[in-house]
Amino acid sequence: MAFLQIAEPGQSAVPHQRKLAVGIDLGTTNSLVATVRSGQADTLADAKGFHLLPSVVHYSDERVEVGRLAREKASMDPANTISSVKRLMGRSVPDIKSRYPDLPYRFCTSSETMPGIITPAGKVNPIQVSAEILKALKLRAEMTLGDELTGVVVTVPAYFDDAQRQATKDAIRIAGLKLLRLLNEPTAAAIAYGLDSGEEGIIAVYDLGGGTFDISVLRLSKGVFEVMATGGDTALGGDDFDQRIANWFISEQNLPTGLSASERRRLLDVAKAAKEALSSQTETNLQLTLDDGTTYSGELTALQFNDLIGDLIKQTLKTCRRALKDAGIDKEDISNVIMVGGSTRTLAVREQVGTFFAKTPLTSIDPDKVVAIGAALQADILVGNKPESDMLLLDVLPLSLGLETMGGLVEKIIPRNTTIPVARAQEFTTFKDGQTAMMVHVLQGERELVQDCRSLARFNLTDIPPMVAGAAHIRVTFQVDADGLLSVTAMEKSTGVQASIEVKPAYGLSDDEVTRMLQSSIQHAKDDMHARMLREQQVEADRVRESLQAALNADGDALLDSDERLAIEAAIDAMMQTAAGDDPGAIEKAIEQVDAISQAFAQRRMDRSIRQALAGHTVDEL
Amino acid sequence: MNYFELYDLAPEFELDLADLSARYQRLQQLTHPDKFATASDAQKRVAMQKNAQINDAFQVLKSPLMRAEHMLTLRGIELRHDQTTMQDGGFLMQQMEWREQLDDIRASRDSHALELLQDEVTAELKRRHQLLAEFLHDNTQDSNLRAGAEIAKLKFLVKLNTQLDDLYDQFSEDL
Repeated sequence: MAFLQIAEPGQSAVPHQRKLAVGIDLGTTNSLVATVRSGQADTLADAKGFHLLPSVVHYSDERVEVGRLAREKASMDPANTISSVKRLMGRSVPDIKSRYPDLPYRFCTSSETMPGIITPAGKVNPIQVSAEILKALKLRAEMTLGDELTGVVVTVPAYFDDAQRQATKDAIRIAGLKLLRLLNEPTAAAIAYGLDSGEEGIIAVYDLGGGTFDISVLRLSKGVFEVMATGGDTALGGDDFDQRIANWFISEQNLPTGLSASERRRLLDVAKAAKEALSSQTETNLQLTLDDGTTYSGELTALQFNDLIGDLIKQTLKTCRRALKDAGIDKEDISNVIMVGGSTRTLAVREQVGTFFAKTPLTSIDPDKVVAIGAALQADILVGNKPESDMLLLDVLPLSLGLETMGGLVEKIIPRNTTIPVARAQEFTTFKDGQTAMMVHVLQGERELVQDCRSLARFNLTDIPPMVAGAAHIRVTFQVDADGLLSVTAMEKSTGVQASIEVKPAYGLSDDEVTRMLQSSIQHAKDDMHARMLREQQVEADRVRESLQAALNADGDALLDSDERLAIEAAIDAMMQTAAGDDPGAIEKAIEQVDAISQAFAQRRMDRSIRQALAGHTVDEL
Repeated sequence: MNYFELYDLAPEFELDLADLSARYQRLQQLTHPDKFATASDAQKRVAMQKNAQINDAFQVLKSPLMRAEHMLTLRGIELRHDQTTMQDGGFLMQQMEWREQLDDIRASRDSHALELLQDEVTAELKRRHQLLAEFLHDNTQDSNLRAGAEIAKLKFLVKLNTQLDDLYDQFSEDL
């Protein structure tokens, strides 16, 4: 007799348990979370069936609200309702004020580099606001999938610089999520359409959201996604379409001037509904009742609508043309055009983009969901659910990294479009006798002058052994990881002395600050901080033991002598004993101990796998 | 770091680019950090460092000039580009002559003359490339120094060639 196999949510019926991984599209206007279930990637809905989570957070002295509830507070309590926080990520207060002079928030006037917004719930920074959005999505995913998440892939715009990526990464940590990878949004869209499998060519990703427009040109060759060019307009989107319809209705119907705020809001809602109706029908009726009870109604045809927004679409195509020029390619070189963002549902947008590129754009996946779906597919692979997959996304550095030299000029050390991870070393020397410290200023951007690039960090090299001028050679290594994030180490070459580096992130958070915010965010949720930290470290210890044990079983005999093996096994035992206790800090130290003692083993395994892979193979076999 | 060893290749100037790419793909599959997304920190660190070396090595090995420079570095020859002034008077004269021609063509927009000049520069690039290969192959103290001088000259030529290509693109765009 056969038993029916029943799998609880989040538990797999197959022997090798599937790990839960999600992809998150952390958008300017809306955010989404998606996952792969039964081989199918789809976004997850909240309890009311909504997939889109408005990227809005409202702070009051009682609670923090995210999404729809928060958005409803926007008109009543604008100063404490943070929307479009993505625009503020990785930016300084002066930068924010010059870009967005009309924001209703109260910024702290202190001299801190990290912008602080004053709310009844205390001072919050953009990273914490983003973390609230991420936490809401995390909660949704865990409720739906019935278990804790193993890892997450979060998307960022292709043009995001180091500070913006770092800020996003910090927000992910504060939300208590384990980041597998930051993924570029256009790359995620291309993955969702399966363009990574085998195809070669140039892909244009046209992304028109509620309030922003982005165009990215990607080159795909042998699994390498290279961002050739990006362009955009941070103040153009579907909301402008609504505004145009509203203005048309006002003049067409001779509406009285001086509409109340709520009348204006209703008018915009009516306009939005009309826009949406016109993506599937040729005409629609608009009806608006004013506060005094008078009702106005009118017909809008698709043709009229096209006229109303024609110049806005043309503006996006102009940006496309410029991006193609930057990429050094012609329209004919594009093999696929992908439509992303809810506003690409507008038929006129599809038609004109199709005409411009002389190619029917890909629209079969919901344009609101396509980025999250691509991220979910990537997360599923990264977490190890598809061991047979050999898909590999190689990414490139979006913007050049450079150093300040004499005269306020920037010397590039890693040019943009270099495949990452990458490490480059640069040598510096002292210019005074006995000099023991030196300042290094790291910048990101394509321009020649310091003032035209983003300042990432100033590094203070100290503890340089005193020597005559020019005798000390300090080797500074800049390492960019797969997420496009920079780290720096320095060493004096002749003495081998490790120079200390004091990092002063221009706008970022220090590690301690992130930890503190993680703690306070948990306390805020009235969670048991200690229990949670303990659990996290125990899970981590288990993970380390599991992966190391597998490595020992596979290669321990071949690559380690008995002493080495005993040392590693002893460290694992010690770690597991500590993990049975209740001191998260001690477990963390024990994990670090195991890491340090197994580093050489990891190195040998890697070297051997490389040798085996290359040795004795002819070209054809490779 | 010996990039040839990393790719298990003989340290020779002539190199099969298709084979190099295949090795690069293979090494990426083994070392890319995405393959270690859930591994321990030690494994992640090792993978990232190795992968960065593999990326760097690929950039160097696939470019003939960078590959040649790397070979010389491995042979203990330090190249000091800014200091090695061009000793070869004939080469410098030729360069100046070609630059003048380039300016004339830019003014006259004579696309036929441009094509002739491109052919000439391409032939010279090929010839010097061959010379470089021979010097590197001989691998004596003297031939290595001469290889270094060839690299410096080839850099001039590559730059000139890029400018000619840009001008060619510009002409075709205007048609």
